[in-house]
Amino acid sequence: MFNILWLQAGSCGGCTMAALTAEDRGLIQALKAFDVNVLWHPALSLETGEDALGILQDVLDGRQSLDALCVEGSVLRGPGGSGRFQMLAGTDRSMAAWIADLALRARYVVAVGTCAAFGGIPMADGAVTDACGLTYEGDEAGGLLGSNFRSRSGLPVINIAGCAPHPDWICETLGLLATGGMEAAQLDAFSRPRFYADHLAHHGCSRNEYYEFKASAKRFSHLGCLMENLGCKATQAAGDCNIRSWNGSMGSCPDAGFPCIACTSPGFEQPTDAFQETAKRAGIPIGLPVDMPKAWFIALAALSKSATPERVKSNAVSDHVVVPPARLGESE
Amino acid sequence: MTRRIIGPFNRVEGDLEVRLDIAAGKVEAARVSASMYRGFEQILHGRPMMDAISINPRICGICSVSQSVATADALADLLGIVQPENGRLGINLVHAAENLADHLTHFYLFFMPDFTRAVYGQKPWFDDASARFAAKSGRGQSAVLAARARLLNITGILVGKWPHTLAIQPGGLTHAPDEGACMRLKSVLADTRTFLQDVLFGQPLEHIANLEGRQALGVAIDTALAAGADFGRFGRIARNLSLEAYGQGYTRFMSFGAYLIAGEAAFAPGMMDAGTRHALRVPDFAEELSHSWYSGEPAHPEQGETHPDADREGAYSWSKAPRVAGEPVEVGAIARQVVAGHSLMLDLVGGGPANVYTRIVARMVESARIVLLMEDWVRRLEPLAPVNLDTPHASQQSGSGVGLVEAARGSLGHWVRIEAGRIEHYQIIAPTTWNFSPRDGAGKPGAVEYALEGTPVADGDEGDAMVQHVVRSFDPCMACTVH
Repeated sequence: MFNILWLQAGSCGGCTMAALTAEDRGLIQALKAFDVNVLWHPALSLETGEDALGILQDVLDGRQSLDALCVEGSVLRGPGGSGRFQMLAGTDRSMAAWIADLALRARYVVAVGTCAAFGGIPMADGAVTDACGLTYEGDEAGGLLGSNFRSRSGLPVINIAGCAPHPDWICETLGLLATGGMEAAQLDAFSRPRFYADHLAHHGCSRNEYYEFKASAKRFSHLGCLMENLGCKATQAAGDCNIRSWNGSMGSCPDAGFPCIACTSPGFEQPTDAFQETAKRAGIPIGLPVDMPKAWFIALAALSKSATPERVKSNAVSDHVVVPPARLGESE
Repeated sequence: MTRRIIGPFNRVEGDLEVRLDIAAGKVEAARVSASMYRGFEQILHGRPMMDAISINPRICGICSVSQSVATADALADLLGIVQPENGRLGINLVHAAENLADHLTHFYLFFMPDFTRAVYGQKPWFDDASARFAAKSGRGQSAVLAARARLLNITGILVGKWPHTLAIQPGGLTHAPDEGACMRLKSVLADTRTFLQDVLFGQPLEHIANLEGRQALGVAIDTALAAGADFGRFGRIARNLSLEAYGQGYTRFMSFGAYLIAGEAAFAPGMMDAGTRHALRVPDFAEELSHSWYSGEPAHPEQGETHPDADREGAYSWSKAPRVAGEPVEVGAIARQVVAGHSLMLDLVGGGPANVYTRIVARMVESARIVLLMEDWVRRLEPLAPVNLDTPHASQQSGSGVGLVEAARGSLGHWVRIEAGRIEHYQIIAPTTWNFSPRDGAGKPGAVEYALEGTPVADGDEGDAMVQHVVRSFDPCMACTVH
């Protein structure tokens, strides 16, 4: 039995909501395959009030062993370091203090979602809550627990980044931990599980032909590539988002016609420009594919633009296919 | 008098603490506290206007689509555009799928597990209820999670993912469903209908959607019970525990009207005051702050601001206290169906308040009605018709807009003012801000605080069971409440 405890810090509840669709049957059912037991979850458990606090106290006092502490949501440290922007209901202590104490008892600490990992939307400019992640504040190591934090297993906090993460990222990470554990080498530089973070969100994008030919959508609902005009960051964002799909056999952000906003990345809440527009300098997007020399990108883009078939050009600026594929000379 | 504090009050969305003053075995006064603040209205200030489309769904992972629709509607209002009908049909389908998923989640995961508490161990229905609704392990729980995941495939087909899509824009939808997608939508809806008919109701959806009065409801519950369906289980427990006698709230209901197409709402907007129907009175709104951790004076959301003040004297919640002409109102499925004139709900409520029982019945009736509407919208979707308008460029815009929608839990309003393409002002009033507001300047309790008064509380560990039923009958979403 692998015991997990789930707490919601400064969260929208969306990571839990996503988890409830895991593998088309919900997190708890899906986790049964890995012999995972949920000690307490704020949305799913019967225990409320004192009974719920009793479970937390048992963990703190060592009467109940804890394999994984899962935290969803940013840690709200304000105002003035008091943590009063989120007190754990029924107690006189801040959620930040509860998390810091419980983290010391856990074999693994898991940040579920970008908020718990890096701070996310609640730490965007203008926020007064002094929000942060468990061991990051944006892309700077630190956060609530500090950059040197290691849980009892010796691992840093495992960051299942994503806003919200794919439910199966959550499920598979907990599955890995429950069936033999994880090692540091299985985590990337931001401590995200590499099984999904070693991919780019761009991989498997259904708009790939438009990307190859730099045939771009001019406005929403167009079929073309979303990178040149509409702010898509899939070539720079970690995630196998377009290799596995979301909510059934269909879904993904770019497939549904809106840009990847790099929600798995620290600092995604504060883009260089507007979320839905591509930041450019001298007409050239500043966010180019992560590991491609800029000069080559520009040269290839110019070349592919000049080779773009009429079909791809026309369909890119339409909301449905207006020119179907045909061999050269066969079309009208 | 004794005091009891219940927290963390779980199986609600987000952070909730309930404080009770108890005298002679009954709640004399209740204070509900939203115990977490993130500050979206402050984050939005100064941002490019279209950023609201990316940020606002993240107010709430439960009713993320409702937040998207309210945002898109507020910006469309400001831009003076009307989304094409085909786009609106798609938006309504996704919005309805989320609202229906919320009703199912509430019934199976949040509300019914309370009847598996040890305090009910001697009841004739206890073993059956436990097998069906036990938290984390009941057979009904695994059944609903599979059905819910399938229902939310509608979001995968139309808007990429759930929660937190950006597909809902002021100009419409970013994705035009093709013929294949329309068939997949039909297929999901057929599975959803099967679940509701076979597992929840034990009878055709049309029976539930068209129930005319109390007597017909009794027959429907007996039919469900005989079919081994979960609505029957609820009905049996509700009769046995007299749930209709508890959680009686105010007699004022409000709905912004739901599922707009071409200016026409499928569930009409308005207010109901002690049985009398009125038009919606948005200019009479004000958010009171006297018992909330904010500085400032009561104001309409067009002017109101959000300045946290954790030291405010007498404050006990991060929720503001919205009022209509100084009066608290109740929102949610029951308000929506009463205001829309559903004959069963009018019969059950009369000119009086809602209660634990009728709030659940309203969600069930509405669930059936939603599926019928969705089936109609899918039939009307045209694969080649436009879903999105070319919108004027955001950076040159100035003006103000309002987006009023109905989330599963009730009326959600966004008020925005833009200057030169930047957000100058953004205020949100969420459904649970109405229902779970603290007291106002006149000392009037919010809707759930009032509904809790008089609720019996026995000594001992589970003596507060009825309090749990009353609070959860409202289906609070605290994440939205404070935002």
